[in-house]
Amino acid sequence: MKLRAKSPRRRFLARAMTAAGALTLSGCDALSRTTWFPRLLGSGEKISETAQHLLTPRRAMAQEFTEADRSPQFRSNGTSMPDSAEYEALAAREFADYRLQVSGLVTQPASFTLAGLRQLPSRTQITRHDCVEGWSAIGKWKGAKLSALLDVVQVRPEARFAVFYCADPMGDNGTDLYYESIDMDDAFHAQTILAYELNDEALPVKNGAPIRLRVERQLGYKHAKYVMRIELVDAFHHIAGGKGGYWEDNGYEWYAGI
Amino acid sequence: MPTKNVAAGVRTGTYLYYRHTLPVRVMHWINVVALTILFLSGLNIFSAHPALYWGKSSYTGRGPFFEISAKENANGDLVGVTRLFGHNFTTTGVLGASAGDEGDRVPRAFPSWLTIPDSRWLAMARRWHLFFAWVFVLNGLCYLGYVIASRHLSRDLAPTRKDWRSIGASIIDHLRFRHAAGDEAKRYNVLQKLAYLAVIFILLPLVILMGFAMSPWLDSFLPGWVDIVGGRQSARSIHFVVAWLLLAFVLIHVFEVIVSGFWNQLRSMITGRYRVDVQARDETAR
Repeated sequence: MKLRAKSPRRRFLARAMTAAGALTLSGCDALSRTTWFPRLLGSGEKISETAQHLLTPRRAMAQEFTEADRSPQFRSNGTSMPDSAEYEALAAREFADYRLQVSGLVTQPASFTLAGLRQLPSRTQITRHDCVEGWSAIGKWKGAKLSALLDVVQVRPEARFAVFYCADPMGDNGTDLYYESIDMDDAFHAQTILAYELNDEALPVKNGAPIRLRVERQLGYKHAKYVMRIELVDAFHHIAGGKGGYWEDNGYEWYAGI
Repeated sequence: MPTKNVAAGVRTGTYLYYRHTLPVRVMHWINVVALTILFLSGLNIFSAHPALYWGKSSYTGRGPFFEISAKENANGDLVGVTRLFGHNFTTTGVLGASAGDEGDRVPRAFPSWLTIPDSRWLAMARRWHLFFAWVFVLNGLCYLGYVIASRHLSRDLAPTRKDWRSIGASIIDHLRFRHAAGDEAKRYNVLQKLAYLAVIFILLPLVILMGFAMSPWLDSFLPGWVDIVGGRQSARSIHFVVAWLLLAFVLIHVFEVIVSGFWNQLRSMITGRYRVDVQARDETAR
């Protein structure tokens, strides 16, 4: 072993290395609590989005699976029963009074009953749901194609995002409602559906009844449950925390393709 | 200080040999920073769902083959339990349950000193991880371009016929901690070459590819490609295992640096210059 530091320079280097080791972790934690550093780290999100979009065509399809691949039960994560009197009333009448409002940058604002949504062109797909936490589950979804619904309301050309407002109150105070947003490429993607069935049965409350967004090439938190209203917008900085979604407002990436 | 250059044929003295070029040194240290952060932030991300599965999803009817969890024992104390292929190990204090912010024992897969950030903070850990993943990948691409263009790869890393013949002797040398000196120390030995090549061309590409496989967007690049390794959850498991194999490589690498002359090795990766003992030449000549 030749670890003895003979010269002052080596002694300095040895001390510097020890200090660097100890400082690395606490330094990282201090940096995490600044505003500028997480923003710098956040530039990785934009690079990932750009690179992934360059590599993969916007219309590329997510993998679809066979019946045999389906998970025995589809796990519920996040809200499993929205804590809201309004939602409870809707659920009590099996969503007979449910109306999906579609507004914003559209020529024909409209509202849809559950039966009305079922009359729109539909798609059935067995896909994998990837949670940001790391687990995956495979389920069979059936729902109205979002593109078909958007064709009914006629999206105006200046619309850039579809925002989904949900029924489930989030956070400690329970006043922030869950919401999400996707861009128009994802909104018109063939696999983007407003699901009303999971595994050949009406969508259970724990998985987002009556309507859950499926946006198959992104992580689970983009797949908004309990969708009550859709708004077409040209920007979302004025909505809630301004980051385009409940989890985005809490530090997660808006682009959840990775 | 070592003496200045000595002419060939002089049997004693030392001189500094320029062993690592500036690009290699810079890329080496960028890699140290990037891999350290990737590993520590990766452990934080893993802690959000500390279980590994084999297959296309986590819910296939089979449970996880590896799981870190916290349970309460009869006294109401938190106990860390690590389960591997059906065997339970009590790992309190390190895995499953360890000291939280206030020093009390809390459920957490990896201890705070092994994760970036120190608290369970998935969103921030992902920012660290996905940013430094780019640093690591771009640095790696630069490295590959450089070692090919500069012929560092073909000249210094590719094993020669002589290397292959000396593999037995090299294993014995390593086991006896006998290290190259003199001119021999200017070159990588065969085990070193094979280890570096395995890391550069197998482990690092694999860990990157398995990271890609976890991205739902990249899975649509060629739907089904992730099934080559058994599915997305298999890919996640491989990503995790390879990360630990890389750590094992780093530990062996640092160990070898220490036992083969720490300061000399460290200087050669900072200034590029490695001190060669000329008198040692005869001892190592074989």
